[in-house]
Amino acid sequence: MSTAKLRQQIAFIVLGVVTLFVIVPILLTIFYVIKNGIGAISWEFITQPPRNGMRQGGIFPAIVGTIVLVVGTMLFSLPLGVLAAIYLVEYARDNFFTRLVKLSVVNLSGIPSIVYGLFGFTLFVLFLRLGTSILAGSLTLAIMSLPVVVTATKEALESVPVSFREISLSLGATKWQTVRHCVLPYAVPGILTGMVLSLGRAAGETAPILFTVAAFYLPRLPRSIFDQVMALPYHLYVISTQVPNMPTEISFATGFVLIALVFLMNLASIILRAHYRKKRLW
Amino acid sequence: MVAEAIIRTIDLSCGFGSATVLKKVNLEIYKNEIFGIIGPANSGKTTFLRALNRLNYLNATYRQSGEIFLGEQNIRTLSDNILRKKIGIIFALPQVLPVSIYNNVAYGPKVHGFTGKNTLNQIVETALKKAYLWEEVKDRLSEPAARLSGGQQQRLCIARTLAVEPQVILYDEPCSGLDPISTAKVEDTMQQLKENYTQILVTNNTKQAGRVSERCGFFLMGELVEIGQTPVLFIKPRDKRTDDYISGRFG
Repeated sequence: MSTAKLRQQIAFIVLGVVTLFVIVPILLTIFYVIKNGIGAISWEFITQPPRNGMRQGGIFPAIVGTIVLVVGTMLFSLPLGVLAAIYLVEYARDNFFTRLVKLSVVNLSGIPSIVYGLFGFTLFVLFLRLGTSILAGSLTLAIMSLPVVVTATKEALESVPVSFREISLSLGATKWQTVRHCVLPYAVPGILTGMVLSLGRAAGETAPILFTVAAFYLPRLPRSIFDQVMALPYHLYVISTQVPNMPTEISFATGFVLIALVFLMNLASIILRAHYRKKRLW
Repeated sequence: MVAEAIIRTIDLSCGFGSATVLKKVNLEIYKNEIFGIIGPANSGKTTFLRALNRLNYLNATYRQSGEIFLGEQNIRTLSDNILRKKIGIIFALPQVLPVSIYNNVAYGPKVHGFTGKNTLNQIVETALKKAYLWEEVKDRLSEPAARLSGGQQQRLCIARTLAVEPQVILYDEPCSGLDPISTAKVEDTMQQLKENYTQILVTNNTKQAGRVSERCGFFLMGELVEIGQTPVLFIKPRDKRTDDYISGRFG
């Protein structure tokens, strides 16, 4: 074997091994969580409220709470993020203002989540008097999700060939007709991906909901958007640190449910994306 | 008979950023003629073409001075979408939308407010017939346009432009990506369309301009060097630079 070929072989092996290391932590985490939590998973666990100081019963209210928060987050961040990205890509001229907006988006994604929590607490809970509520929590999570949604939408829009816009405009379509019919439909898969990624993060965050919505112990379902709710990540934090004599099995089982929830969301986005890609004709 | 000018440019100068692309072009194009524009790369042919329906403005650095008239009307007084409905364009490479053959043609009429199914069917069929594509695609209208051959795609683009009923059709090197047979078909189509439309053809292929156009203009480095009846321009050009270009000494 020549030296060049040998070197190539070595490079391939090194790259392969390194790639393997990327998936090892994920697999180990999942394996560990399942191994330690599987014993506590039961129908009762996912459909019943907690009992006996959370040491028994299930986590149903926390599951519902997390789902409610994810939906609430989406309701605010999807329209806001997508519309802002459309403006930035299709309409805005390159000037000081747009550069400022783009810079803000980038910086927004670097802010620690606990800071979002404090911000949401002062703005939504105190100043706007929404109280500790689903509304305040969803808004806080939505602000945290915005940069990802905006960036993903921007990239999705930019990846639509310029020629589609030229064709549409050259036929006398208005700018908005062009965006609506010749750009947006082809950006949907990319937008969906970004949305789900950011929602996955929103579902798993503890800090932003800590002061804005999360209930320590509230074994009933929310009645309005001004109610507090339990949420999986915060519940996990509580039972792992605040409750003495907590069976670790229950903590891991809670973690498992959270992972499974996020996984299901990602799965839905993969299916949706595949569906849209099949319709893609270029 | 005095020919009626449908497009008139007065001292049209264009540029991108600090680069000047066109210098004071004065040009009249007559109704129902095929006007050829020839010249080497970077001579400003395409910029001239895209100035007529303001597509150049998609580039933020574009600037323009001088006036353009469509008939008696200064195009400044027309909104982008009305102007582009009246002056359609065929791009260099066949560019179809990633939808069906039918929807490619129906897109223009739809954005201009035609929604009735029967009306649309009628418009699509008429446009495809005018572009001499109907016989080849009538049984596969719902297939993706991307499955057509290059030549068919380019005629589909012509049909798509015809579907919005323009007065003028601009061609920006429409056959640069096509084989000779497809090219011949596109040229045939252009000849058939002469009756009802004014057509302006930018081409790198001097022979094509000779075959198709009635009058021709020669652009060089942003200047309109010479303009005349195509046979005259090709056989007895007045300017030495035109002679050099046509006889292949440069370009």
